[in-house]
Amino acid sequence: MSAPAPYDDVVLAAPVTVPYVRYSTKSAHWFLGRAVAELLAVAKIPKARIDGLAVASFTLAPDTAVGLTQHLGMTVRWLDHVPMGGASGIVSIRRAARAVQNGDAEIVACIAGDTNHTDSFRRNTSAFSQFSQDAVYPYGSGGPNASFAFLTAYYMRTYGATREDFGKLCVAQRDNALKNPLALFKKPLTLEQYLDARLVANPLRLFDCVMPCAGGEGFLVMRRETAEELGLHYARLLGAIERHNAFADDPVQYRGGWVMDRDNLYAQAGVAPEDIDFLETYDDYPVINVLQFEGLGFCREGEGPAFVRANTFEVDGSFPFNTSGGQLSVGQAGAAGGHLGITEAIRQLTGQPLGAQVLNARHGIVSGFGMINYDRGVCSGAVVLAAP
Amino acid sequence: MKAAKNARSRKKTLSRTMRKKSRVTERHAKKGAPVPSANDLHAVLRAAATGGIHLVDLTQTLSSDFPPIVLPPEMGQSRPFRMEEISRYDERGPAWYWNNVSFGEHTGTHFDAPIHWISGRDLPHNTTDTVPIGHFIAPACVIDCSTEAKKDADFLLTVERIKAWEKQHGRVPALSWVLMRTDWSKRIDPVAYQNLDATGQHTPGPDPDCVRFLVEERDVLGFGTETIGTDAGQAAHFSPPYPCHYYMHGAGKYGLQCLCNLDRLPATGALIVAAPLKIRRGSGSPLRVFAIVPGR
Amino acid sequence: MPERAARPQPKNPILRTRQPTLPPASRSRVALGLTAAAARGCFALQVCRDCGAVQYPPREVCGACLSHRLIWRPQDGKGALITETTLRTAQELYFRERLPWRVGIVRLDAGVNLIAYLHAGVGAAPCRVRVEAALDRAGQAAFVAIPEKGRPDLSDDPKLREFTCDPRGRKILVTDGKTSVGQAIVQALVKAGADKIWIGEAEPWKKISGLEALRALPQATVIPLDVTDGGSVQELAGEIGGKVDILINTADYHRTFSINSRRGVETAQLEMDVNYFGLLRLSQAFAPMLKARAADQPSNAIAWVNLLSIFALANYSPHGTYSASKAAAFSLSQALRAELRAAGLRVINIFPGPIDDEWDQLEMPPKLSPASLATATVEALKGSVEDVYPGDVAQDWVARHLDNPKALEREAGEGAR
Repeated sequence: MSAPAPYDDVVLAAPVTVPYVRYSTKSAHWFLGRAVAELLAVAKIPKARIDGLAVASFTLAPDTAVGLTQHLGMTVRWLDHVPMGGASGIVSIRRAARAVQNGDAEIVACIAGDTNHTDSFRRNTSAFSQFSQDAVYPYGSGGPNASFAFLTAYYMRTYGATREDFGKLCVAQRDNALKNPLALFKKPLTLEQYLDARLVANPLRLFDCVMPCAGGEGFLVMRRETAEELGLHYARLLGAIERHNAFADDPVQYRGGWVMDRDNLYAQAGVAPEDIDFLETYDDYPVINVLQFEGLGFCREGEGPAFVRANTFEVDGSFPFNTSGGQLSVGQAGAAGGHLGITEAIRQLTGQPLGAQVLNARHGIVSGFGMINYDRGVCSGAVVLAAP
Repeated sequence: MKAAKNARSRKKTLSRTMRKKSRVTERHAKKGAPVPSANDLHAVLRAAATGGIHLVDLTQTLSSDFPPIVLPPEMGQSRPFRMEEISRYDERGPAWYWNNVSFGEHTGTHFDAPIHWISGRDLPHNTTDTVPIGHFIAPACVIDCSTEAKKDADFLLTVERIKAWEKQHGRVPALSWVLMRTDWSKRIDPVAYQNLDATGQHTPGPDPDCVRFLVEERDVLGFGTETIGTDAGQAAHFSPPYPCHYYMHGAGKYGLQCLCNLDRLPATGALIVAAPLKIRRGSGSPLRVFAIVPGR
Repeated sequence: MPERAARPQPKNPILRTRQPTLPPASRSRVALGLTAAAARGCFALQVCRDCGAVQYPPREVCGACLSHRLIWRPQDGKGALITETTLRTAQELYFRERLPWRVGIVRLDAGVNLIAYLHAGVGAAPCRVRVEAALDRAGQAAFVAIPEKGRPDLSDDPKLREFTCDPRGRKILVTDGKTSVGQAIVQALVKAGADKIWIGEAEPWKKISGLEALRALPQATVIPLDVTDGGSVQELAGEIGGKVDILINTADYHRTFSINSRRGVETAQLEMDVNYFGLLRLSQAFAPMLKARAADQPSNAIAWVNLLSIFALANYSPHGTYSASKAAAFSLSQALRAELRAAGLRVINIFPGPIDDEWDQLEMPPKLSPASLATATVEALKGSVEDVYPGDVAQDWVARHLDNPKALEREAGEGAR
């Protein structure tokens, strides 16, 4: 397999967040529209300057990106609707990067947003996929909580992870979130509170689960010269991978798709795991964070528990991780959950974090994951970003 | 040998009876019986209004509870009365209530026409639509067998019994109904009314000689009972089987069954009104049968 | 000697009756292949004819070689429980009302993963299990993992009892207790621990000695019921309809005529009036009340059983008009099933071949004894099925019907003159 072309001169700029709310009567179009408006305001560009659009949303139906172009009055020469859940952000970067490299578009807006009505979560999960409808949801309608309970139970039994290990990650994320004015969770979380919380689906308890909410995230992808012309702060794209339906024969998903492509990722970026200053994972459940530590080469497979015990994960810890709080402490605004790590990474690398700043943040990895189509997350991906 | 002899003698009885019937009718016509005037008819109505005469309903109510005749399961089955509502002031018909009803010709209180039996199949005027209208009103002779029937469910009415009755009440007139009162209609539990056991049905009725006597010697209009069937419950075993049907219908005479209130009739003097439905080629029909009785 | 089930406390009459809820019912068409097999008590999965790979979840093309030649094959269900959880929250009302639920992922030896309910007898993961197919209350296939050894009843697990229509402790109406089959069913229900059995009797003046023997049973009450009389059906429904948990329609008018071996339609009309219209009258009178009590406590309405005939699938010409009346009843029972499914009630259809009774006297063996038919009926109630083909002839006919219905039509018509 030949090496992919490098991502020379592709940058990410103008990270925006449409503030999250628990419930909203508005439709996804509102949050996506606000994201575009914010992008234009931050980048100080007219709407017509955006000639590429990548959209991710679970609640935009019956519309897709197509409907959004008319809804928002945008004329584009490159359009992509990315239905990959928490991997949509990473995949949007990969698509947009090649588009701006080849001149198919100049400035691509990558946006994600979802509304959250009181029955949104149930409606989304009850008709999530054909396999889920036929073979998962009828068995208790536990949604992703059930799927990740299976995974967490297996991982704990197989690799000796404890609830304290996962709790440590959650407590650190909450600590990070307390400095983030946009995070929905405002109270500190202690390990005792984490351990004693109400059972959801053993071994998962309340603080293992994200809180669905409404909100939006967005950023722009362009060539470096365009960003400099516009006077924008930017982060450089050094490498990007994605993989779908990896290790299909594994009885349970104890390793993610990153395992297949991480060497390629670091080769593209020209760095090694020890060069990474912070990691933004897709954290719908703590066990997935550990799979990303292992999958991205920060520790060996099965050594996640030891890695967790050996490190601290606050912004000023030995391994800064989910520095704005992650979904578990900020909230999961549907498909935007996979973009929040990207906007946070851009902010960290451009010195404009929402919360606390990782010192000397030169390189960061954002990882994406998602789409429990049946019994495992099908989509995965990651990018290496660097300071300008 | 005996069977052939019986068959021949049965045939003789039939043709003899038919000849006798036409002779009786001629005799009546010749005698010049008085013709009632309109005043006479009004007098009857006035008497009905003031109680000089009274009407007795001899008809059981047609409902799905009333038991139908029981036949072996291999035979075609006569249907009990059934009622299916069409509408009842509702969306099926906002201002009206009506039903579709179904029943066998021989369901409930009913009339048997001669065509009902094989012996009467070729006679003239033998269907419910061709029975002469003049036969719809006729006098009744009520023979009280209630005491005997109470003791013996298989009680049979005999010639001797008829003759004993005649000693008291006079000769049974020609073209009159002979009604066998057994009070069987008072058995309102259908199980008791049917009175079936492993040997069949046990209900009272006439014996073969009694029927032949009433047909050949008395030229009656027909025979009526309170039970299901003019024949006794065990009549399948008689010789001939079902003699009341066989001889009566074979002579162009009729049957009435499932009658009630015979205990309210005098032994003689009552007029029976029994007009079956005018069914084309009908063998019988449920009907409203009542008696006009002198006095209170 | 089975014990009488402990009598549950009577319901407090001022409390509102609980309304029925259902587990998620929608399935793709290809997934309904699971339901088709589960309806007959079979656990089947698709297998690729070209590469042999077993498929799950159900799909349109082979997940290994992309062949579209996938066929359904029975599975032995053996596998390993590799992970599990106990749900403490659920998004659907049905599950919320019945928490907690124990579910797990089973890796079948056949090489696929499936999510299944775990029988209480199954130990903690990892352990060996066997997977069976059941029907959930929405009438869809549901997998249950049971311990590898032994054959526990679904009704042994209080959570899974709802997948069955176990007659234990229930109040049951048997619409005709005079036939030999009806009597055998009553006896079998008593053995299975039914709390109360109403036995329908039409034409009480026709005494049947077997029925007289049943009157003496403490659970039994003989009640008047003539399914040809709408008034009789309505009256009984008014009296007991609010108490019936299971209705077993055994009313069956069986005569043995082809079209031309009996002149006139009188006999056929009676066959239709009992076998088809009788079912319609019963449905109109009893179905609304059963639906209203589908989630009642302490004992709810759960099932409707129809005694049909294998001749409902293909007309057996020597009993041609009878077959047609059973086919009409079969079609109507499908309509009844659709209506009752909305309340989570199961319609179970029994399709016996010739029964060893007076009307099948001239049929050659093998014939089904009334006792065997009764056993099959009770087993169907205790299991989790909706289409039952008891006995050798029924099994033979349904296999032929599934294989080639036109061929069966020809074969079934061979006795005609």
